[in-house]
Amino acid sequence: MADLSDYPEALRDILETFAEVEEYERHEILLDYSDRFQEVPPPIAERPFPEINRVQRCESEAYVFVEKTEDNRINFYFAVENPQGVSARALGAILQESLSGSTAEQIERIPNDIVIRLFGPRISMGKGEGLLGMVSLLKYFVKQSAS
Amino acid sequence: MSQQYVHSEALVSTEWLAKNLETPNIRIIESNEDPLLYSAGHVPGAVHIDWVTDLNDQVRRDYLDKEAFEQLMSKHGITNETLVVFYGDKGNWWACYAFWVFQLFGHPHAAIVDGGRKKWEAEKRPLTREVPSYPPTTYKAKERMDYRIRAFRDQVLQHVELQGRLIDVRSVGEYKGELLHMPDYPQEGSLRGGHIPGANNIPWSKATNDDGTFKSIDELRHLYETENGFNPNQNIITYCRIGERSSHTWFVLSYLLGYDNVRNYDGSWTEWGNLVRVPIEK
Repeated sequence: MADLSDYPEALRDILETFAEVEEYERHEILLDYSDRFQEVPPPIAERPFPEINRVQRCESEAYVFVEKTEDNRINFYFAVENPQGVSARALGAILQESLSGSTAEQIERIPNDIVIRLFGPRISMGKGEGLLGMVSLLKYFVKQSAS
Repeated sequence: MSQQYVHSEALVSTEWLAKNLETPNIRIIESNEDPLLYSAGHVPGAVHIDWVTDLNDQVRRDYLDKEAFEQLMSKHGITNETLVVFYGDKGNWWACYAFWVFQLFGHPHAAIVDGGRKKWEAEKRPLTREVPSYPPTTYKAKERMDYRIRAFRDQVLQHVELQGRLIDVRSVGEYKGELLHMPDYPQEGSLRGGHIPGANNIPWSKATNDDGTFKSIDELRHLYETENGFNPNQNIITYCRIGERSSHTWFVLSYLLGYDNVRNYDGSWTEWGNLVRVPIEK
């Protein structure tokens, strides 16, 4: 596993909280984030969302959108079309609240074990792949926007 | 006109469920892969049974014993006469898995909701976050009967040597050994990729329609019998990676098609793919 110090600072507090919680608390916190999830607003993207923004192998039908600001910051957004995509919405809200508006370098530093740190070791292969796909596509778009 | 499933009493529709939310002597049970989903909203009156914390033994790789099953039933107000109705996410994988575990104890009245959670949500039927509680009951379980519907690795090896029929219900990539684990999570995987020698690959999802419901009995017979040469008199073992998807196919063969000798190998590929001295095929 990556060390917590490998994570961008804005994510460390959240991950420290998750490292100490009981399983039922983990669910409550994730549900809370999921409830706070705000999908991509209309000026950035509208339905039907472009296929290029869709996360592959994600059953939650998640989409990722990235926007670069004039001062070289990255704003990013998600959409989750599957009503059962509670975990995808929770991950989207956590990433967006902590890292949207930061630098490309910060976002590209998110290690892949974020999924297991947030969702716990019980995360299934299929779900883990989908959630990791959200992070990977985000990092891919961020890298593209920087080049 | 399509024929009815052989054990049609083991399948109920979302419409039936909506009409029976408050019918006495029925307990609705949600069982999911995603542990967050029940808390996010469930069918009114439904209780939650988690495959890891409720159904698995916490020390051995095994299921709960008779006493623990009785306690679980009591906790959810289930008696020996209660009709338990299962639904869940992922095309009812875990609902079928829970149904299968209940059958290890021989609970007689059990059904799956056709289409599961996906169909219930798509039809905009009610969901609540209110967790119900029911008065504890006294439940008398039989001793767990593994031999009838559960297969162990030595039995599977013997089955292979006798050229018995197996169904690998995983994806084609998993069956061919191209997919061992997800990126960065090698602990989820197996040492070797491939499948148990002689197994047919019939992914679980081939038994379902896009809305999550099961295909008709004619379509199912065509899939398993015409296309893949299975028949109701065979001794069949189903498996996947950890035994949940294969309990879905076990349900299809045993209840919808009425096959009498189908066992689910819950050790599945996470056991077989790591076992010393067993053969594999790619």
